[in-house]
Amino acid sequence: MNLFIPNPKEAESIYILREVAAQFERPVLLFSGGKDSITLVRLAQKAFFPAKIPFPLLHVDTGHNFPETIEFRDWLVKELGLELIVRNVQDSIDQGKVREERGRYASRNTLQTTTLLDAIEEFKFDACIGGARRDEEKARAKERVFSVRDDFGQWDEKNQRPELFDMLNGKIHVGQNVRVFPISNWTELDVWEYIRTENIAIPSIYFAHKREVFFRDGMIWTANEHVFREAHEEVVERMVRFRTVGDMTCTAAVLSEATSLDDVVSEIRESTISERGARIDDKRSEAAMETRKKVGYF
Amino acid sequence: MDIQGRKLIKIATAGSVDDGKSTLIGRLLYDTHSLTTDKIEAIERSSKQRGYDYLDFSLATDGLVAEREQGITIDVAHIYFNTDKTNFIVADTPGHVEYTRNMVTGASTSQVAIILIDARKGVIEQTYRHFFISNLLRISHVVVAINKMDLVEYSEDVFLKIKADFDVLVGKSDFTEEQITFIPLSALKGENVTRKSEHMPWYVGNTLLDHLEVLEPEDLQESAAARFPVQLVIRPKTEAYHDFRGFSGKLYGNSLQVGDRVTVLPSGNESTIKSIHFFDKELERAAPGSSIVLTLADEVDCSRGDMIVKSGEAPSSEKSISATICQVNSKALKVGGKYILQHGINRVLAKVDQIEAKIHTDFSGTEEAEQLKLNDIGKVNLRLSKPIHFDSYHQSKSNGAFILIDEGTYDTVSVGFIE
Repeated sequence: MNLFIPNPKEAESIYILREVAAQFERPVLLFSGGKDSITLVRLAQKAFFPAKIPFPLLHVDTGHNFPETIEFRDWLVKELGLELIVRNVQDSIDQGKVREERGRYASRNTLQTTTLLDAIEEFKFDACIGGARRDEEKARAKERVFSVRDDFGQWDEKNQRPELFDMLNGKIHVGQNVRVFPISNWTELDVWEYIRTENIAIPSIYFAHKREVFFRDGMIWTANEHVFREAHEEVVERMVRFRTVGDMTCTAAVLSEATSLDDVVSEIRESTISERGARIDDKRSEAAMETRKKVGYF
Repeated sequence: MDIQGRKLIKIATAGSVDDGKSTLIGRLLYDTHSLTTDKIEAIERSSKQRGYDYLDFSLATDGLVAEREQGITIDVAHIYFNTDKTNFIVADTPGHVEYTRNMVTGASTSQVAIILIDARKGVIEQTYRHFFISNLLRISHVVVAINKMDLVEYSEDVFLKIKADFDVLVGKSDFTEEQITFIPLSALKGENVTRKSEHMPWYVGNTLLDHLEVLEPEDLQESAAARFPVQLVIRPKTEAYHDFRGFSGKLYGNSLQVGDRVTVLPSGNESTIKSIHFFDKELERAAPGSSIVLTLADEVDCSRGDMIVKSGEAPSSEKSISATICQVNSKALKVGGKYILQHGINRVLAKVDQIEAKIHTDFSGTEEAEQLKLNDIGKVNLRLSKPIHFDSYHQSKSNGAFILIDEGTYDTVSVGFIE
């Protein structure tokens, strides 16, 4: 008889997603339209097949997303028959809950936190599944698979529950919620290899395309009405692609000729700049990510 | 096989303060080209700010602000790197006396332990503790990395003396000689980490990386009876799958195949495996570690927390158990204390009947104890509200371990290994 040998990281992620469905009453999958959350959707399909994914997707829309991402999101949801909830950062701004940043590095990235916490409260979500990986950033390296947050969404890194073997303790009190990271142990290369092996559809901006950009601080920024640009910063057209897909104001492009998944995978293999190196928000300070996580950032 | 068709090896590292553990990991990352330009730049920047005239690789792994300020590691950090053949996951665990908890945590998900020894200091009390935990958790393979050989003039005598001291410990443990490997190295200078050292011609073994690469996951995996704890019952109730009733879960210990005669616990009902599903594929036989869905030939009662096993291979089913406990929370474990016991995915209530003894983690024996405090290891007897279906930890790591959850805070307070 043919023996099926599992891929250990995929098997672990599926196990985690099933534990979420079993241990929580109102889980939600935080969907950004990026490759990590797209991978999560595929893993969730596998975890519950032939039944449907038993939780909705939540997209916190900054209003500054790449249009390609939004188109892709809507296509995927329709294709797989998923339930999608969208909450807008613009609404939080209009309600006076957060203030738009101004100036050279203005971004709506940090503003997402308020919108997310409001959505958690509105829908009484007790588990938010996210596509964060421990290899992305130093502070993430210590994140748990089940990460308990208090009523204010805060992360207390000194008081985390130890996770032993593969036993997941999702017991929480009313008002608390858990952030769940099923692909904690995947690397960027793992995700790309998986997308290629599984032939998973992803937004077009992950592939090389011509785009109007400008250069600042050694990074390539999208030239667009949402991104602050000084008069002397010259707009040029280049072949670029994105390695992460976030808010336009904080996601830098890389020069690339990679137009297929094979090209992308070999580019990642050869690459000497880490994925978060193209995230402008992390360059603000050495402890940027840790500081944001403490106040409830995803 | 892992995603890229590489093998996956999971490693826990243990060492005392200043043994150079973070430096060793940083060196492995650097030499395997796993550190990217921006990370190397960040390390250069930080090293310069601190006034070092060398690259401080420990900065690559010490993540949290508090740690960077104090220059120590205070929690388990996970680090990933790969070679052409192998994906590695490293659980970097701190080496302080008070952080037994972290090493137990890191070791629980690892097949290999690297225990660091400072060549100038030799085997110290901390080494005993790290090895004790490796032994308690039944780590498959231990690498004793004797570091800072550059500071003892790469002396073979120093190496042999430390090895002899360590061999005394091995004699007190359950390990066989084949499970332990000694490697003299210098993490700072990169000697015998990924590059063979010219200064130690007397050492004929592999470099650390070469050694880790020849390990085979199959050899590191335990062979036990097949255990299938049911996570969720899958009932699609769709047109195409109208009568489908599948049991999802992760398989441990051994393989299962279509046609196997199985027993569902606790009911004891028997049936036959009708089909095995993985997403849209039907499988004939699945290896341990698979997250799959089983269907059974008969309509038997089976729900979350139940366990499917091969008929004739039933585990023990008991309402009272003896276990070795490691306390991982600052709230002490006391006689009479009530907890939620989580065994795999199954939860029952538990009461501490007796604390038999506290175990010294330096192999020096036991003492009587009223309670087990954070980082204490002891033998306890527990009474349960319902029987659990377990193997001894010695027979099966996955089916022989449990955690205790505090009923008030819901924190994970203990980890237990069933006798």
